[in-house]
Amino acid sequence: MTLQKRNPIDKLWDFFCSLKLTIITLLLLAVTSIIGTVLQQNASPEEYIREYGQSNYELFTTLQFTDMYHSWWFVGILGLFSVNLICCSIKNFPRVWKFVKEPALIPGDGTLENSANRAQFTSKEDIQTLTGSLSTFLEKSFAKPIQSEEDGKIYLFAQKGIYSRFGAYITHLSILIIMLGAIMGTVWGYKAYVNIAEGTSTTQVWPRGSNQPLDIGFEVRCDDFQVTYYEGSQRPRDYTSDLVVIDGGKEVIKKTIEVNDPLTYKGLTFYQSSYGPAGNAGFNMQVTVKESGEVLNIRATQGQHIPLPGGYAFAVTDYAPTYQNYGPAAQLHVNTPDGKHGSPFIILQRFPQFDDKRDGIFSFALMGYEEPAMYTGLSVAKDPGVWVVWLGCFLMVFGSCGAFFFSHRRFWICLDSDGGATRVRVAASAHRNQPAFSLAFEELEKNLAQAIENKS
Amino acid sequence: MNSSLFFNVTTFGYFASMVLYIAYIATRSKPVAQIARVTALAGFITNTIAIGLRLYESYQLLGIDGRAPLTNLYESVVFFAWSILLVYLLIDLKYKQPSVGAFVLPFAFAGMIWAQFSLSDAIDPLVPALQSNWLTYHVITCFLGYAAFAVACGVSIMYLIKIGKEEKHADESPIGGILGIFPNTRILDDINYKAIMIGFPLLTLGIVTGAAWANYAWGTYWSWDPKETWSLIVWFIYAAFLHARITRGWVGRRAAWLSIIGFAATVFCYLGVNLVLSGLHSYGGS
Ligand code: HEM
Repeated sequence: MTLQKRNPIDKLWDFFCSLKLTIITLLLLAVTSIIGTVLQQNASPEEYIREYGQSNYELFTTLQFTDMYHSWWFVGILGLFSVNLICCSIKNFPRVWKFVKEPALIPGDGTLENSANRAQFTSKEDIQTLTGSLSTFLEKSFAKPIQSEEDGKIYLFAQKGIYSRFGAYITHLSILIIMLGAIMGTVWGYKAYVNIAEGTSTTQVWPRGSNQPLDIGFEVRCDDFQVTYYEGSQRPRDYTSDLVVIDGGKEVIKKTIEVNDPLTYKGLTFYQSSYGPAGNAGFNMQVTVKESGEVLNIRATQGQHIPLPGGYAFAVTDYAPTYQNYGPAAQLHVNTPDGKHGSPFIILQRFPQFDDKRDGIFSFALMGYEEPAMYTGLSVAKDPGVWVVWLGCFLMVFGSCGAFFFSHRRFWICLDSDGGATRVRVAASAHRNQPAFSLAFEELEKNLAQAIENKS
Repeated sequence: MNSSLFFNVTTFGYFASMVLYIAYIATRSKPVAQIARVTALAGFITNTIAIGLRLYESYQLLGIDGRAPLTNLYESVVFFAWSILLVYLLIDLKYKQPSVGAFVLPFAFAGMIWAQFSLSDAIDPLVPALQSNWLTYHVITCFLGYAAFAVACGVSIMYLIKIGKEEKHADESPIGGILGIFPNTRILDDINYKAIMIGFPLLTLGIVTGAAWANYAWGTYWSWDPKETWSLIVWFIYAAFLHARITRGWVGRRAAWLSIIGFAATVFCYLGVNLVLSGLHSYGGS
């Protein structure tokens, strides 16, 4: 400890390098993240006011709790976290790099005497021969050693797993890479949606939170949309859309997309997301005016009021492909000349005479109908950062496994002549998982003892 | 022969093993520990068979729409119990400390009994959003991670019980009685760390595969929905734990508490989010 006053820059640097800050930031992120899981995010002001009252809502907006993961303070904590990570890596990396650039060929002070894993032998073999045979031994049972000399002593140094020293740094770097990817996605990407009716196409999509469509520079056509159900149930099995991409007047891609299997073209990906009817069902009706026997053939669409002789009108309000085992059916009502709705009734395609028996001026028969065309609802995403994110994720898994499951193991052998004999001292260390390494060392020590005995 | 029979046997096996492990702590009898261990292993094997049978049954029932038995709450809970046993048996193989079983088996038993009594074990076909291989990878990695955290939590509880006693009787000879059979606090601390070291990369992989799946299905790898956010909270807590270990002053007691808090957050992430909060992940309506 020096008494000299440390300058503020150094202090700031130490603050940003400190692991205490890391722990506090991580826990702070954990605790604050809870807010957004309890309080619904990005709901409408009315919903918040209904649920929590006006004054609480104002508090929420001031603290940006309604979109907290993008609030200045949450992004601020993430920023502090990144600065901490960068400073800490800059501070510690040179130490790790030194292990690679300048391996400790000669063990540090006291290593040979105090290391937890050490051994000592003497042999009558002369130092040069013994060095040769121990060198071969190390190479066979551990790793190829490097030989050096100092003060008349010969040293052998061998190491394995040095790359695990980088595990933590790769993990840290990966976090920054993921953040970079996320930023790239926010800056250069967007999320949008588009509905395409069967048989039509579009060149525009609608970005979320904007009511201006965006030109995508090519054309997407939907040829067909289908919902399939599991046999004998109403449980949907698949939603599929047959999409065609047309670029420069040519069909470039044809693909049937479904949930979990999107289509990608020129950086844009189209996901099956929703569906619905595009327009109305159409009906071919035959209307008989009972009194006169006059027959009218009328084409009606669902919900449309169609005039009939005498100021009456009718509308088809609903239909079903099968109605109680009687086949296709339509529901309609007749309006009186003064505009009153009559009570609704049902007609059946398979029984055209059925409606004759109903009391009324007209009798209706359903000759045929067409289901409405469907539209397919697609989510559209452009995210040029997504590959950066995956790269980061890969490095993170790779790096943390490297950091946890491998260790940097080092082995030193020091030989010196001690009168007529050669003294052999051995030390070894692992930078993590010492108990397992100690076992391995004991095994190696035994073999080493044997190797030395065989020589003498 | 059907899977529910095997699941019943599994539940009973875990119960018996739990009781035997507790009996071992009370009696300090080596044979009791051995029987407890064999019972746990038998329960684990039965659990494995039951999951295998359920896979087979799903193909029998649904034909080509059969799927890995990892898609509803019931299936995930029995898989969680299986994972806990897997991690526990591996740790037991290495450390040979049977008293730990008394603090880990209860988690597996609680899961099984809950699944058996109050969750629906119907094999329903999958809604389109769940038809993805990513789902399988996601569930397997997450639950193996959770299981490692469960073991770490059990060991941390033992640590806190033991260290409290040790510090009170620091001047006396080694503590006897029930606590005498607990592993040394250093070993408990080490198991805690090792288990989290296994769990953390698995959780990381679980979050990554979940993100990959979300990206395939919806076009966003991260949308801050409650389930995702809670998995990140859990991840932050264990990251804090790992860094706490390399700083002075944060090993031992505080590390044990962090591990317990981490597991509490894990359980909330797994169940609390589905049962209390709402989001994309509510397991197919169960
Ligand atoms: C959530 C984010 C983070 C993750 C997942 C992470 C991951 C890791 C891992 C896996 C290790 C190896 C742990 C071990 O040896 O037991 C590690 C070590 C370390 N981390 Fe982090 N880390 C994160 C954030 C940070 C931050 C923000 C700092 C900034 C100071 C930091 C500083 C360190 C240091 C100094 C080490 C020891 C490095 C060494 O052994 O050479 N970490 N980290």
